[in-house]
Amino acid sequence: MGAVLSKDEARPAVALPIYMDNQATTPLDPRVLEAMMPYLTTKYGNAASRNHSFGWEAEQAVDAAREQVAGLIGGTAKEIIFTSGATESDNLAIKGIAEMYRERGDHIVTQVTEHKAVLDACKRLEKQGWRVTYLPVQADGRIDPGELERALEAKTVLVTIMAANNEIGVLQPVREIGRMCRERGVLFHTDAVQAAGKMALNVSEDFVDAASISAHKIYGPKGVGALYVRRRNPRVQIAAQIDGGGHERGMRSGTLNVAGIVGMGKACALAQEELEREGRRLEGLRDRLKARLEAELDYVRVNGSMEHRLPGNLNMSFVYVEGESLLMGMNDVAVSSGSACTSATLEPSYVLKALGLGDDVAHSSIRFGLGRFNAEAEVDYVAAKVIEVVRHLRELSPLYEMVQEGVDLSKVEWQAK
Amino acid sequence: MRAGAAGLAVWPRWRPVHDNGELKSGETTMAYSEKVVDHYNNPRNVGTLDKNSAEVGTGLVGAPECGDVMRLQIRVNAETQVIEEAKFKTFGCGSAIASSSLATEWIQGRTIDDALSIKNTDIVKELSLPPVKIHCSVLAEDAIRAAIGDWRKKNGAE
Repeated sequence: MGAVLSKDEARPAVALPIYMDNQATTPLDPRVLEAMMPYLTTKYGNAASRNHSFGWEAEQAVDAAREQVAGLIGGTAKEIIFTSGATESDNLAIKGIAEMYRERGDHIVTQVTEHKAVLDACKRLEKQGWRVTYLPVQADGRIDPGELERALEAKTVLVTIMAANNEIGVLQPVREIGRMCRERGVLFHTDAVQAAGKMALNVSEDFVDAASISAHKIYGPKGVGALYVRRRNPRVQIAAQIDGGGHERGMRSGTLNVAGIVGMGKACALAQEELEREGRRLEGLRDRLKARLEAELDYVRVNGSMEHRLPGNLNMSFVYVEGESLLMGMNDVAVSSGSACTSATLEPSYVLKALGLGDDVAHSSIRFGLGRFNAEAEVDYVAAKVIEVVRHLRELSPLYEMVQEGVDLSKVEWQAK
Repeated sequence: MRAGAAGLAVWPRWRPVHDNGELKSGETTMAYSEKVVDHYNNPRNVGTLDKNSAEVGTGLVGAPECGDVMRLQIRVNAETQVIEEAKFKTFGCGSAIASSSLATEWIQGRTIDDALSIKNTDIVKELSLPPVKIHCSVLAEDAIRAAIGDWRKKNGAE
């Protein structure tokens, strides 16, 4: 346990370890837990039980949560389908739309830095005869809308493009994409997992037909998510991917995770309430972190657009230092790296490579994910730690030494195996 | 009845759930042996020898794209064939740094023939490297061979 805290003003400078990986997941907000607790203990009814009060109170709680989730993205309660999380939401949206609209065409457009839940769902559809266009991204991580326009065909059924990227926090031009799709009668799904609750997102103003959301990225519980599916102008239909008792109007069978859904509702309501203020606060912390690192270290670069970016995300490469060794030196700080060594495949991040980064720069990247519970003192601690460890590792780095001596590393004949 | 009330009273107000002393860095959990951590924190024989000196052999192996580059340098007494000094610099993960640091420790004071008998499996064993890190030890062995090869070439032995 860390220090015992009585009041907010009694915060210690920093308690270790520091969690700064809020794009991976977020801690449960105590207010969310409080809202969930009755549904984990005394109010255990099945929301589908229609003939007693246990069922009714569960159903009421789910309905209230549905309003809260819909409210966050400007939809209506009837347009929300609860799922087990964003991976399921992405699969349901993409496969469900593909199956339902098969007679309309055989073409889907997505882009290369999507989450694997989207990319792999598209790959599955390719095996079933669909054609999928994977749009490239520009150096700043955003797609070129002109390129999307050229990719759209008469046979295009669906465009699925994320609102914000999980690694680099870069925002795609959702409204522009949505408008383009709407004008052409193409359905538009967006993976809004990282964006929802962190930035303004409105399914009406942004012309979104389907959107995936997850609870645990916004201080809610793991194992619960939602899919927004538009009900009018146009009415979007999806084919269920899980069959059973006909829950969620038949689109997603399975007993509802009432406590999780209540938590997700509360998490959405809190995120909406605090969105602007929290966004400004996180941006301030993020910029402070960036400024410190850039002031003290040379050969650092930000990966992805700074202008179009989630407030809490900073993805930086500390060139000539390998990411895993950097993480090893900051073992009291939880962040992520795009280094191959931290992935199961031993391949560096496909997202960073899509920006045109060389493997060596991708290997040097760290993702800082700031969140609701990060304080300024933690940012200062992390900045100081990164600076210290990068300096230590550059003392050890033959590449850094060679560059200092004026060697062009791209001209060296490396003896790679 | 409020079943949650008792639990919530002790709930930290601003650092919930992850404050359990355990830390997960990156996408996968990684455990390092004590020896790897020691070499990482206190690397032995970091530095640079004059690569133009006839006494010095330099081995540069790996590639930046692969995430590992090791440079190992040796100063050899031509008469005794003993490696009197070894220095390294490594770009790579903690295991790569430890493997090359260990290699300099092991070869210093040995004859070059003796140094060539060091196998990557010896390094794996000493540092308790997991299977995914075996390539680090291979690279260290390659670096020793490359440095010795360079010295021999300079000194007309090859």
